[in-house]
Amino acid sequence: MSMDSAPAAQEPDHPAAHAPPPGLVALFLAFARMSLAGFGGVLVFARHAIVDQHRWMTADEFNETFALCHFLPGPNIVNLSMVFGSRLRGIAGGVAAFTGLLLPPTVIMTVLAIIYARFGDVEVLRRILAGISCAAVGLLIAVVFRMMMPLLKRMDVVVLILMLGVFVAIGVLRLPLQAVLLVAIPVSIGVTYLMRRKVAA
Amino acid sequence: MNSENPIWALISTFGLMSLFAVGGAAAAVPEMHRIAVDVHHWMTEKQFADAYAIAQLSPGPNVLIVTLIGYAVAGIPGALAATLAMCLPTALLAYYVSRLLSRPSQSRWPALIQTALVPLSIGLMAASALILAQSTDRTVAALLLTAMVAVVASISRINPLWLLLAGGLFGFAGIV
Repeated sequence: MSMDSAPAAQEPDHPAAHAPPPGLVALFLAFARMSLAGFGGVLVFARHAIVDQHRWMTADEFNETFALCHFLPGPNIVNLSMVFGSRLRGIAGGVAAFTGLLLPPTVIMTVLAIIYARFGDVEVLRRILAGISCAAVGLLIAVVFRMMMPLLKRMDVVVLILMLGVFVAIGVLRLPLQAVLLVAIPVSIGVTYLMRRKVAA
Repeated sequence: MNSENPIWALISTFGLMSLFAVGGAAAAVPEMHRIAVDVHHWMTEKQFADAYAIAQLSPGPNVLIVTLIGYAVAGIPGALAATLAMCLPTALLAYYVSRLLSRPSQSRWPALIQTALVPLSIGLMAASALILAQSTDRTVAALLLTAMVAVVASISRINPLWLLLAGGLFGFAGIV
């Protein structure tokens, strides 16, 4: 291994950095708590609870596990609950974390759905929801903007064209997701592979 | 809809969709909109925008907009079916892949695939923003509110919840 690759990982691990693996109930409660705290995204709260508060994983282990969940399809934080729980406590731990993450907010959402079905046409509620919707779209645009900045800085034309292509195909032409991704994923992987080889050569 | 059991339609729709939801929940919103509003007519344009707003305002993963769609289709069983169909298949996939990859030898391909998926998921999220804006920002005031929130959220670290509540206040005041 070269000296410049992740020097922190070379240091001897502190055995005291790890807390003993939690029980199933503790896992369920921890994920329920981070889920209910997680307005506008659970990830920040998950990281705080798992790394800082409970010390179930080191920061490096967390990043590594999250990278995997980010690369797989589906809701990342849900994947993360299953993977984290199972790393700590086997498949039962995975199920406990998964249930803890999803059960309380699902109950809340169902109650909200019932309220919406009954009162969704009330004028005041309509207006409030319209205002919240506008703000929610603004937040989404901000997230897209922040994610796009590194790509814009690198001015990677091929990557930007790929991004624009997916945007037009889904957002403007409204083509089915599967069809678009079945073309876009192989193309993007191919392009990325070729660019890596060019850089390496 | 009589020819097809709505619960099964929810399960097959969201189960399949979750496996293609590259880049998380926000990237799947255009497809949810296409299926729920355009293909099956489960919801109106307005109801979908409301569902997105409610999901943003509520605690928990934002993917739970599927709970609201499921409820609109088939009540409480629909809400549960949609939620599990969207969340369980990929969580199990993640479980098996994480076990496979726990040997560090083949770490090159995940990194490469992850890099390749980044522009695609940004494109998908931008498409979400466009589709939602088309149903939400129908007045100049609404468009301005969206633009304002986008700018403030881009340049500051303010908690998103405050911006959502501010939006609700503007709506309550009848400005948008």
